[in-house]
Amino acid sequence: MSKIKFIGKRLGMSVITLWLITVVVFFVIQLPPGDFVDYLVENMVAEGETVTEIEIEAMREEYGTNRPFFVQYADWMKGILTGDWGVSFFYNQKVTVKIGETLGATLAVSFITMIFTYLLSIPIAIYSAKHQYSVGDYLATFIGFIGMAIPNFLFAIILMFLSYKWFGKPIMGLPDTPPTSWPAIKEWIKHMIIPIIVIGTSGTCGLIRSTRAQMLDEQARPYILSTRARGVSEPALTYKYAMRSVLNPVVSGLGGMISGIFNGSTITAIVLMLPTQGPVLLKALQSQDVYLSGGILLISAILVVIGTLISDLLLMAMDPRIKDLEESKNEQ
Amino acid sequence: MNNKEELLKSKEERALEKKRLKQEKYYMSSQWQLMGRKLLKHKLAIFSIVLLGILYFCMIFSDFIAPEDLENYSAKYSDSPITKIHTVHEGKFIGPFVYAQKFKFNDYGQKMYYEDTATPHRISLFVKGTPYKLLGFIKGDVHLYGVKNEDGTPSDVKVLILGADNLGRDMFSRILLGSKVSLTVPLLGTAISFVLAVIIGGVSGFYGGIIDTIIQRIIEVFMSFPTLPLWMALSAAIPTGISVTNVYILITIIMSLLSWPGLARTVRGRFLSLKKEDYVLAARLAGVSDFKIIVKHLVPGFMSYLIVNLTLGIPNMILGETSMSFLGLGMRAPATSWGVLLQECKSINNIANCPWKLIPLVFVAITVLAFNFLGDGLRDAADPYK
Repeated sequence: MSKIKFIGKRLGMSVITLWLITVVVFFVIQLPPGDFVDYLVENMVAEGETVTEIEIEAMREEYGTNRPFFVQYADWMKGILTGDWGVSFFYNQKVTVKIGETLGATLAVSFITMIFTYLLSIPIAIYSAKHQYSVGDYLATFIGFIGMAIPNFLFAIILMFLSYKWFGKPIMGLPDTPPTSWPAIKEWIKHMIIPIIVIGTSGTCGLIRSTRAQMLDEQARPYILSTRARGVSEPALTYKYAMRSVLNPVVSGLGGMISGIFNGSTITAIVLMLPTQGPVLLKALQSQDVYLSGGILLISAILVVIGTLISDLLLMAMDPRIKDLEESKNEQ
Repeated sequence: MNNKEELLKSKEERALEKKRLKQEKYYMSSQWQLMGRKLLKHKLAIFSIVLLGILYFCMIFSDFIAPEDLENYSAKYSDSPITKIHTVHEGKFIGPFVYAQKFKFNDYGQKMYYEDTATPHRISLFVKGTPYKLLGFIKGDVHLYGVKNEDGTPSDVKVLILGADNLGRDMFSRILLGSKVSLTVPLLGTAISFVLAVIIGGVSGFYGGIIDTIIQRIIEVFMSFPTLPLWMALSAAIPTGISVTNVYILITIIMSLLSWPGLARTVRGRFLSLKKEDYVLAARLAGVSDFKIIVKHLVPGFMSYLIVNLTLGIPNMILGETSMSFLGLGMRAPATSWGVLLQECKSINNIANCPWKLIPLVFVAITVLAFNFLGDGLRDAADPYK
């Protein structure tokens, strides 16, 4: 019963958060002085057309950018709920369609990066913790620091440059053909390697550091000592006992991880020209395409909220103490 | 004989006394002094402090150290590689000098630079050049190094120790002058988010109840946004055509706006645990005002903890500012920062032909690493159980 109550409370919290997010998103996209019409007029004037005040007013009326903030927000919000996210002025396409075009690639890149991050960082972290102060541990720590210090986009540039040096042409973008046949899959893998390494590095390094620290803490616990004294084998000790508590922070960091991957993928995609949301967002922001940039901001925030929700529910399923944890979260 | 013994004894006594004083000093030293002692033992942290000290020192005197200002365009030197510094001309040692750079176009229309070895140009110290105002008010026109004509006027031969950009400007000067933005935005931004976090997190933790719930929801909203897209959206909102100073201020505010929520949450947690301490109750019973309790009794209690968090937050701000400027959403020409300098690295041809344009990256990475190591050292030092 208390579990259902917990889930219900957690869902309610997410809904409130989501609503507040829509307010912030709408506020942010309305911030820039001037509106889309200004951008249009600027372009038209640059192309040598003359635009009269009356025409500008008519355009404002047409795009609805001359109404007060709350009216526009209410309108936008109604659309969001009914599935009509407005029209992208710049691409002259429905926002939902434009986002849908890139969402697949965005999710694919994010998901594969996430798996890559977990598969790589947890074994390395466990190795580092089990062999503290060994050469491998120092190497992992060193690489971890470097990975965190180099900005994503520059890492992308350097790898792009290296791929250009080694293969004769820079590997950029994603292939147009869907990965159905074997050669197409190979092509996809080739194009995914650089983005995944670039986007995943900082998350991997962070995860290695925190998991290693957690594992070291756990190994010093009395229960590990007593279990070892009872003759339980070392691998069982690591993977069956210590691993359980190590996984908790890993799971609870899921929301942050998704947000980090979005950060990384946005700028990396701009540099590598991937067909994901990053370049579209930049374009939309530069051209003050309010509804499109708002939609992209909103969808990424929604995904993070869902990620956090999933991680909380997973934690609850994994750890019977979670009810206390929720309380301690509030009290701490 | 007697005298000697006495002398020895007093020597011993003095040593003992010294030791006792040292111990007393140790027991009497404040938390901060203890932290300092521990930090001194952390070699990487000390190394980082020295490194950061050098970087900030160079930043303060950048106008003097840099041989040029930001707008010293020269078509003759566009994309020029790093100038070689020689010491021997026609078999004779004449001290450090450079040759003038000349160029010709190869068959593909590419600019090829070569050295004109006819006349050596001596590098001299304290050369008169473009006037500047050090720290904004000390006027000067002497630069640390450069090439002089025979009559003492500045020569147009450039010493490009880190190469030139596509407009022929000295990269080294631009990196130094750009550090004025890249190295101060994170510090200012951290200061702002520190104030915000202490006030908002403090109120949330100290009063609790409905205020706490509302503030926590707001923090959650901020933390739900992937920072970079939100940063981009906010930076894109900076109007074009406002002054460099205003862009700088706005960028700093945006950086701090997005980093306070995490800190505020930390502050709140500390407040919640500290406010149950007996000494806080005692202060309250004695009639101390809420404000004074917060500032005098609670904040010092977790200051060291907060400083560690602040230091570890600086690298993110450096990377944030660099990314924004790189995307063209941050600092704009004529102002410069390391991110602006890296804009030229957007095209693969530029990197392939002029790899020295990646040098600002080295500065970014070094600064970020140094702040990370310093933060790590501070964390170890602030932890009383280590």
